[in-house]
Order: sequence, then C-alpha cells, then structure tokens
Amino acid sequence: MDEKKIEELEKQYIVVKLGSEQYGIDIQYVDNIVRMQRVTRVPKAQPYFKGVINIRGEVIPVMSLRLKFGLEPDEFKNATRILIIKIEPQAAIGMIVDEVKEVITLSEENIDRTSGSNDERSAYLYGVGKQPDGLVSLLNIPAVVVEKEGTI
Amino acid sequence: MDVSQYLGIFIDETRGHLQELNEQILILEKEPENEDTINEIFRAAHSLKGMAGTMGYKRMQRLTHDMENVFSEIRNGKMKATPNLIDLLFRGLDALESYLDIIINTQDEGTEDNQDIIDGLQKVMEEGLGTAVGESPAPSPAATSADPPVQGKHLVLAEHELTAALKAKEEGENIFEITVFVQQSCILKAARAFLVFKALEECGDIIKSVPEVQDIEDEKFDYDFSMVLLTKKSQEEIRTAVMNVSEIRDVVIGPADLAGKKTASAASEMAAETPASTSSEPEKESSVSAPQAAETPAQTAPAGTGAAAAVVAQPQTKQAAKAAAKAAVNRSVRVDIEKLDDLMNLVSELIIAKNGLVSVNGDSEHSLHANSFNEQIEYLERVTTNLHQSVMKVRMVPIESVVNRFPRMIRDLSKKLGKKMDLYMTGEDTELDRTVIDEIGDPLMHLLRNAADHGLESNEERVCLGKPEVGSIFLDAYQEGNNVVIEVRDDGAGINVEKVKQKAIQKGTINEEQAEMMSDKEIIDLLFRPSFSTSEVISDVSGRGVGLDVVKTKIEALGGSIEVRTTLGEGSNFIIRLPLTLAIIQTLMVEIGNEKYAIPLGSIETIEDIALDDVKYVQNKEVINLRSSVIPLIRLDRVLDVEPASEEPVSLTVVIVKKGDKLAGLIVDNLIGQLEIVIKSIGKYINNSKLISGATILGDGEIALILDVNVLVV
Repeated sequence: MDEKKIEELEKQYIVVKLGSEQYGIDIQYVDNIVRMQRVTRVPKAQPYFKGVINIRGEVIPVMSLRLKFGLEPDEFKNATRILIIKIEPQAAIGMIVDEVKEVITLSEENIDRTSGSNDERSAYLYGVGKQPDGLVSLLNIPAVVVEKEGTI
Repeated sequence: MDVSQYLGIFIDETRGHLQELNEQILILEKEPENEDTINEIFRAAHSLKGMAGTMGYKRMQRLTHDMENVFSEIRNGKMKATPNLIDLLFRGLDALESYLDIIINTQDEGTEDNQDIIDGLQKVMEEGLGTAVGESPAPSPAATSADPPVQGKHLVLAEHELTAALKAKEEGENIFEITVFVQQSCILKAARAFLVFKALEECGDIIKSVPEVQDIEDEKFDYDFSMVLLTKKSQEEIRTAVMNVSEIRDVVIGPADLAGKKTASAASEMAAETPASTSSEPEKESSVSAPQAAETPAQTAPAGTGAAAAVVAQPQTKQAAKAAAKAAVNRSVRVDIEKLDDLMNLVSELIIAKNGLVSVNGDSEHSLHANSFNEQIEYLERVTTNLHQSVMKVRMVPIESVVNRFPRMIRDLSKKLGKKMDLYMTGEDTELDRTVIDEIGDPLMHLLRNAADHGLESNEERVCLGKPEVGSIFLDAYQEGNNVVIEVRDDGAGINVEKVKQKAIQKGTINEEQAEMMSDKEIIDLLFRPSFSTSEVISDVSGRGVGLDVVKTKIEALGGSIEVRTTLGEGSNFIIRLPLTLAIIQTLMVEIGNEKYAIPLGSIETIEDIALDDVKYVQNKEVINLRSSVIPLIRLDRVLDVEPASEEPVSLTVVIVKKGDKLAGLIVDNLIGQLEIVIKSIGKYINNSKLISGATILGDGEIALILDVNVLVV
C-alpha cells in the first residue's frame, strides 16, 4: 500500500465478501467495522433488517446485505463482520457481510460504470472495479440504504 | 467581521421586544394614560428600530421608525391612543413579526413594504397633531441629549506606525486623527464601529486604532473610539463617510500628531488618555501592526464592558461567524447561569466519586473493602441522579414563552367575533421540556380559538342566560407528579352531547344502535375523530381547517393525553397532560418470549394476575372483566411475532395500560421490574410500523425496545 500515490481521482474501497462475490464499499461511508454481535430483533421491520445493535451507546439498525440482495440467509461465522455506514452524521446503519477482505485503491479508469441492466441487484451498484485478481462490484451505498420498495 | 454574527442576538432580542410591545400595547389599550407603559413601549420600539437599522433591514427599520414616531407623540402628550391607532399598531407588530420570520428563514427581510400600515400611521399622526408630519423628526431626542460632550482624542503613534505615516505624507496623503462617538442608545456598538471601519477603509488605510480593532469587535469600548487614517481624501469627505453610518453621534477629525514620542512614554500617556481601552500594554501595542491587529487573538483583557462582553463571543474568524449565523436558525435554550453552576458542581462530585472508586480498588486487601465499595456506589448513584435532574432542568423552559402571545390573540378574536371575553392565565412559570414547548403552541392556540369561537355564547345570549356578559376563558398550567397539566376552560355553553350524537349518526360515524350503547364520554370522544368537523357540531361559525383530531395527534406524539369534561350550559374543560421530559422516562421492563421490552410507566394503570378461566370472549376477542369493566386483551407475543411459549401457563400476567380513557390488557410472559431509561432513537431507516417508539440500552449493554402503547391500544 503506497499511500503517497493516491491522487484525487483515486478512491479507496473496502472489499467485502458475500458468498463467492466481492463487493467494494467507498471508504468514506464506513465509520467502523465491528465483529458480529448480539442483534436485538425489531418486530415488524423489513425482512432484511436483522434488528438493532449497541455501538458505544448508540442504537444502530443492522441490515443483512445477503437478504437485501436476495441471496441465501447469513450464516454467522468467525469472519462475519458488521460495517457501520454513515451517510448522514446522525443516521448510522450497520451492514452484515461474510468477510472483510482488504482495502483497495481504484482510479477512475479502472471503474466500468454499469449500464442499466435489468438485474435487480444492479440498482444497488454503480460500477465494476477491475483488479488484478478479479472484479469487484462497487456498491451505490445511498441506494442500498434508502428504502425503495416502500412498506412491506 | 460581519454583521451576520449578530443575527442570533438580533433575532432573540427582536422577539423579546416584539413580545414586550404586544404586552404593553394591550395594557395601553385598557389604560391609555398609563405613562410607564408608554415609556416602556417607546423604549422597546426605539431599540427595535436601532437593531433593525444596524442589521441593514431597511424596511423593518422604516416601519418601526414610523411606529416610534407615533409613540413619541403619545409620550409627549400630543396624541391619544385611540382604538383605531391601537389596531394599526397591532397590525404593525404583526408585520414586524413576519419580517422576523422571513429573516430567520432567509436572513433577508423580504420585499414587503407594508406601505398601507406606514401610510395609516402617518395619517393617524396628521389627524392627531392637526399638522402634517415630516418624514424624519429627530429620532431620539432623549437619548441624544444624555450623551456626554464631544471631544477629540490625541493618539500617539508607535515607531513603525510613524514611519508608515511619514512615508504616506511624503506621497501626498493626508493623515487624520479621527475620533468617532457612538450614540449611547446604540445597541450593537461593535456593529456600528465595524461599519465605520468599513467606510474608512474604503477611503484609505487605518494604521492605528484605540482601542484595538479586536477589542472594538468584542465591544470592549465605551461610546467612542479613535483611529489614525492615511488617505488621499479631504477631511470633509471623511466626515461624510463616517456620518453616513447611522447611530453615530459625532466625529472629530484633525491632523495627526507626527511629532513622534518614545514608545514607552507614549504608552503611559495613552493609558491615561484612554481609560476605556482595556488592553494597551506597550509591548503588544508596538509589536502588532494595525492591519494585523484584527487577526491577533483576544488579549487577556479584564471583563470589559460587563454584559456587552458576555453577549459578544470570543474573536471569530469568518468561519465562526458563519457558524454563528447558522446557529441563529438553530434551536437554542437560554440557560440560567445558576443551573450551569449546579451542573458543574455535580460533575466535580462525579469526579470525586470516581476517585473514591479508584482508591477503593487500590487498597483491596483492606478488610472493609466490600463495604466502602458499596458506599462509593451509593454516592455515585446519588450524584448521577442529581446530575440527571440538573440536566433536565437545563432543558426546561417556562411555558410562559408559549402562552404569552395568547392575550393578544384573544383580544383579536374578541374584536373579530364581536364577543366580549377575557383570558385568565395562571401557572405561566410551569416548566416543560424544550421539545414539548416547541410543539405545544399550536394545539393550545387551537383549543383557545375553539373556546372563544364555539365555546362562549354571544354576549346577548349570556345576558339572557343570567351569566356575566363578558365570557371568560381560563388557561391554567400546573405540575402534577411527573406530568404537567394544562387546562383550557371556558364558561360557555358546553358541548351538547345529543347534538354530537345526531351529527355522528348523520355522518355515518356510528349507527343508532351504537349511539344508544355509548356513554356521554364516548360520544364526546367522537369529536377527536378525524373528519368530524367541530364547527358544525357546536355552532355555525366556520371551522379553520384543523380539527380536534390534529390537536389530539400532536399531543399524543408528545407522549401526552387529552380529555374533555363538559357540563351543558356551564362550559367545557380540555385537560392536557404532558410528560415533563421526553428524553428520560420511567418504564416497566417486561419479558416476552426471550425478548425484553419497556412499557412507559406513565401509561400503566395496574398489573394483574388473571386466571386463564377468567378470559372471556366477546365478538371473538379475548377480554377480561376486571372490577366491573370489560378490558380487551392484547397478546403481545402475537403482535410482536415472538415465538410463543411452548405451553400455555395457568395464569396470565396482564399489564393494564390506558390510552386516554381506554384500557387494554397487555399479556406478557414475565415482569422484570421498574427501570429509568434513556430513550434512544432506532433510526429512520428501519420501518417498524410505529409499534416501537424507541430503544434503550440496559446496564449490560443489551438493547431493549420501548413499546408505544398509543399505537398498541386501538
């Protein structure tokens, strides 16, 4: 990791794994990464919300990215992590992922913008990052967080 | 420096003055000859004008100016406060209030001239005085005459300043010594000074000022300040530039003394000459050149000009000024310094308690270890309880700030409706949480208007009924346990239950059979249903688009409740109960399945143990008959989708909760106990169909959700 080379057009992404797929999350949204912990269920919440957790005295809702993306339900393992995402200062949200792999730096030219494909999940992506060891789907975090389907 | 940093103060003070004017003019209406009132009014109007002018709000200034002229004539005994004039003045106040609202939202006063009010005022004055009145009579003769005589000051230049001055002189510039006198009635002296500086900087370079620019910005000067200016302009041009700034009493301009004395003697002389300047140490004076002075940090000056120094903040960079301007729009609480001292003391005690714990831990071999540990814990508990109470007190605002606008409103309504009525208020000093205060104004206003419009009969009717001609409306606030009760009462006709019933049947809200079954109380509660227009029920006066249901929703959103008591022919009483604070509440912790939930203690009536056999079914719903009232049961495990207990127990633990007058029994698996909890939001992303009003963190870090009884009980 050569920090000095980071230029303005380059952005850092945290690479997480969901099953066999790799997703990149813009590091500017990530407030914290914590281990899986006891989640208090919230009745009548959207199915992909597992509940709320206590992070240093703050009550933070936690969503399962797997459920949100229509994948198999989570199996909580040792590598399972919760990413605490902050879009606005007062509204944090946790996202459960299988594993946090690494931090990568991508410059603009290494990102392919997704064209509006019909896949349901592509609504949550804004591009695909090209890496020497494979592709990383870059998440459009505001789209993932903001409820679109309305109420259940 | 930028006037926007004063916006916060301006808004606060303008509000205060407007309220003052409202109250005083109400008094004036009743006692047109009251001299104290007239003086108060004049003073408030004058300050208002000055502040609006300072902030550059020209339209606002113009309107207040004309109002002030009227007050001035009344004060001088040349005019009488006629009802017509009072109406006009109230309209003027309303216009000023709307200016203020626009300023709060946009930081600009908008474009409404309110010419009709201004014309009206002029006309009243012409009629009152019998002569045409000029546009600008002397704004404040009283204030001006009190000012001390004008006298210029001699500044002594430091060496480098002298060099700069001499160099400028060689280049043909004039060097002036300028002393500016601000009117003693000026409210924002620093802002005035800033405008003077700004005007002068356009003319040339200011190389020195006494007191220093920083101190002037912090308002650490009396009513005059001096500076040395290098300029190409003439003395007269400079004079005009300075006098263009309003509220400047006079300016003395003379050639600067370039004789050049030694710095040391200069300093001592300067200190003698300018007692007002709070910090004129020779070293600093000479090491800081004038243009940079603005950027230097505040010097460790003595408290300066008392209150003024307390209001104006520390030196501010442009960013800070912007933040201040933004803060003006933010919600703020004015806190009594005593309350802050209390907090500080408690925090000190907290530290002592912590140290106590540390020392207990230190000598753990000590035989009395467990004992002293418990002692320290108890001490800590006491301190945190007090701390909690003190912090709550800081958030508390007297209800006065909401209700003090009501007398004016009732007066206006009285005129509009052509009914004579009086408003009697008690308990204005009752304190409520700031968040509640902000929200309670509208519901109260609505209830008062209801009372005035629908509650009270017309004066003729009242006389026929043998009631006093003038109707009375009462607004009483008082504390009752952990609640604050606000009653809005009138001595009018009361609610005609039979009429409400007919209306409800006619509207299809209930059918006739239901109507027969309902008690009077239940029927009156129909008034709180949405779409049930109160206006048609009680009188023919048109409604105003908001029904009682809005009032009810709002109050329930604040965690409160509302009920009505009415006696036909004697009046109605709307009773609002509000929690003292929203942030910390007492709850009962219960267990459902293996999940923990908190039920606010305020809504719990009793806790009952019910044998399974006592559960009856009415219309396929489970109910119990408790002390001769039938209470529906709510199985929380089903509502909350909790895995039900494997076997049905012999008896049920039922928490009886109430919402308004309605009772319901919540079936829980286990009672844990009473707990004081801090309410935390669960965020806006998670959608919980409102069943959960928040969450709290328990002692072991676990989260418990707070049930919203108002949603559970339908």
